[in-house]
Amino acid sequence: MKHTISVLLEDKPGALARIATMFARRGFNIDSLAVGPTEREGVSCITLRVDAEHHSLEQIEKQIHKLVNVLRVTELAPDEAVERELLLLRVSASPDRRAELISTSEAFKGRVVDLGADSVTFELTGTPEELDAFQELARPHGIQELVRTGRVGMARASAKRARRLSAIN
Amino acid sequence: MRMNGADAILRSLEAEGVEVMFGIPGGAIMPTYDAMARGTTVRHVLARHEQGAGHMAQGYARASGRVGVAIATSGPGATNLVTPIADAWMDSTPLVCITGQVRSTLIGTDAFQECDITGITMPIVKHSWLVQDVKEIGAVMKAAFHIARTGRCGPVLVDVPRDIQEAELDFSYPATVDLPGWRPPRKVHPLQIREAAERIAHAEKPVLYVGGGTINGDACDELRTLAEAGGLPVITTLMGKGAFPETHPLFFGWPGMHGTKWSNLAMNTCDVLVAIGARFDDRVTGKLSAFAPGATVVHLDIDPAEISKLRDADIPVVGPLKKALAELATAVGKHRDAGVAGPEAWVHKIEEWRDEFPLRYGAGGDWLKPQKLMETLQELTAGDDVIFTTGVGQHQMWAMQYLLTERPRNFITSGGLGTMGYGIPAAVGAKAARPEATVVCVDGDGCFQMTAQELTTAAIEDLPIVVVLVNNGYLGMVTQWQDMFFDGRRSHVGLGADVPDYVKLAEAYGGVGMLVETEAELEPALREALSLDRTVVIDCRVDPTEQCFPMIPAGAAAIDMVEYEDSVEATS
Repeated sequence: MKHTISVLLEDKPGALARIATMFARRGFNIDSLAVGPTEREGVSCITLRVDAEHHSLEQIEKQIHKLVNVLRVTELAPDEAVERELLLLRVSASPDRRAELISTSEAFKGRVVDLGADSVTFELTGTPEELDAFQELARPHGIQELVRTGRVGMARASAKRARRLSAIN
Repeated sequence: MRMNGADAILRSLEAEGVEVMFGIPGGAIMPTYDAMARGTTVRHVLARHEQGAGHMAQGYARASGRVGVAIATSGPGATNLVTPIADAWMDSTPLVCITGQVRSTLIGTDAFQECDITGITMPIVKHSWLVQDVKEIGAVMKAAFHIARTGRCGPVLVDVPRDIQEAELDFSYPATVDLPGWRPPRKVHPLQIREAAERIAHAEKPVLYVGGGTINGDACDELRTLAEAGGLPVITTLMGKGAFPETHPLFFGWPGMHGTKWSNLAMNTCDVLVAIGARFDDRVTGKLSAFAPGATVVHLDIDPAEISKLRDADIPVVGPLKKALAELATAVGKHRDAGVAGPEAWVHKIEEWRDEFPLRYGAGGDWLKPQKLMETLQELTAGDDVIFTTGVGQHQMWAMQYLLTERPRNFITSGGLGTMGYGIPAAVGAKAARPEATVVCVDGDGCFQMTAQELTTAAIEDLPIVVVLVNNGYLGMVTQWQDMFFDGRRSHVGLGADVPDYVKLAEAYGGVGMLVETEAELEPALREALSLDRTVVIDCRVDPTEQCFPMIPAGAAAIDMVEYEDSVEATS
């Protein structure tokens, strides 16, 4: 079972390394990790996609929470959160195949960001599942290079209250 | 006040009320040692190896209940502290380690004696700092002590580049800490207490499974109140040893791999298991899925992450144990006052098991038996304020089984990490914490030479300890495993009993050496050693064939316990 966890942490030296080290040491699996600034100065947000097959989500969350720089840990439940990811994909495309690829990307609200003699580079933002779908459609053309940011997420305004996974009790 | 960073470190230690620090100087920490030369109220104990300094700080912390402080230089000085830091992490010992670092401008250049100690220690500290601005020193030191001793205790590391120690600042020690992400639980949920009390009070076969957190949480009096209020049998882990008086009628031994059979029977057949500052370590549970099957688990801990980490807790109680146990004792007492019967029949059953399955060992022969050694040591020290420290191995397990500890902080050992060599430096640190107590290190001959150089420290710093060397000429526990699980193939476990000459070695280190080869020589030697007020090593030659029983093989269930089988003589 996979879960998305949002971690607010102080922007201090080594803060990200502490989380990464803890995951490695405890044998927790990270599918993706995205980090960046927030609306508060000195506070960063890490969005983690974790696989809780071998460890309970509760245990993963509590171990994150023990880290001194961590301010808040929240699970982003799928029905109560928005999740997005950015993809850059360079695909082989001779001039006669470009139109087909570009129209496919438009269905995903993608943009062409670079053109080469035999390639097109697309930028796509969407849910991770949409990016997966576009990636599969592009694959037969020959993917030359692909990078994804990993998902970022935010609880919806309608969510009663972001489910705060904090100290039980 | 205007001063440099090094002075600010010392003023911070003084402001924290630190009495003693353990360390060794070197290049990158020299400004701080220079500041010591200018004057400080903190006593500095010069160790002979940084690992020794770290374990001394641990022994000090465990004996006193205060934060231990170790100080070392960069590079090898810092890496030598890694084992004590890991040990303190596993056993939740409050420790502040201060290391020098190369100059800020040299960091990252592979400079002489540079190493990334904050990186190396990241998985084994509660938190660490690489100080980047001299103005941070006060806040960092304040936070370091606060984090080390609040919540679940543990080690922290402060790495200070040499130029930061030399830089000047206007120093004042902050009154408060600014740690928005560090909020250990301070209260206990009343509903959880009520539920726990009801379950415990109505249990037919309850057991209190008490770990080291009870001692760290200064909750031993409250534990006793709870046990007595409810008539509840108490079993303490290796780390919890001393949390409950071991001569108390409700005390029922130690669980796990080399725990007593009656204790393991009680733990594994109880209906309500109350884990108190304990963490279901594999050496306690054996095969986890077979551990205490059917028991309802009530788990009290300051660290929420320990709840349901290994065994699902039916009733979790997170919070400071002192508060939790006090409230639980009151609540359980009310149930008893209201007429809910205590578990007398169950307690009687465990007493029967204790009578039926006592600790046993083979008697007779020419050799001194290590168990006899422990029994004699116990007789000679019973009732006195004696702190025992140990190394790791067979001698440690015999010490657990035979040395009855009456008070908390009087049995100091490396439980989680299992660090051979812990005993001697921990004893020196304990002596520094409580000079009025007699400190005895029960050590193995394998452990002894890993940190024996600290006997020098004991002699020179006037911190006398008695080392009772359980010398069987082997890495005994490894030998036992080879005999039991590797078809007796002895692979590189023989140490030889004659080299080094421990008596001469003790004398060379400025102490007194004694040799005990027979049972008859034992008691007089121990008596003399305990009365000398000097550092003594008693080389006790014990039966090299003796194995430590009972034993639950690693990964096996408690019911698969291996017991002593030969013709036996019951011991008390």
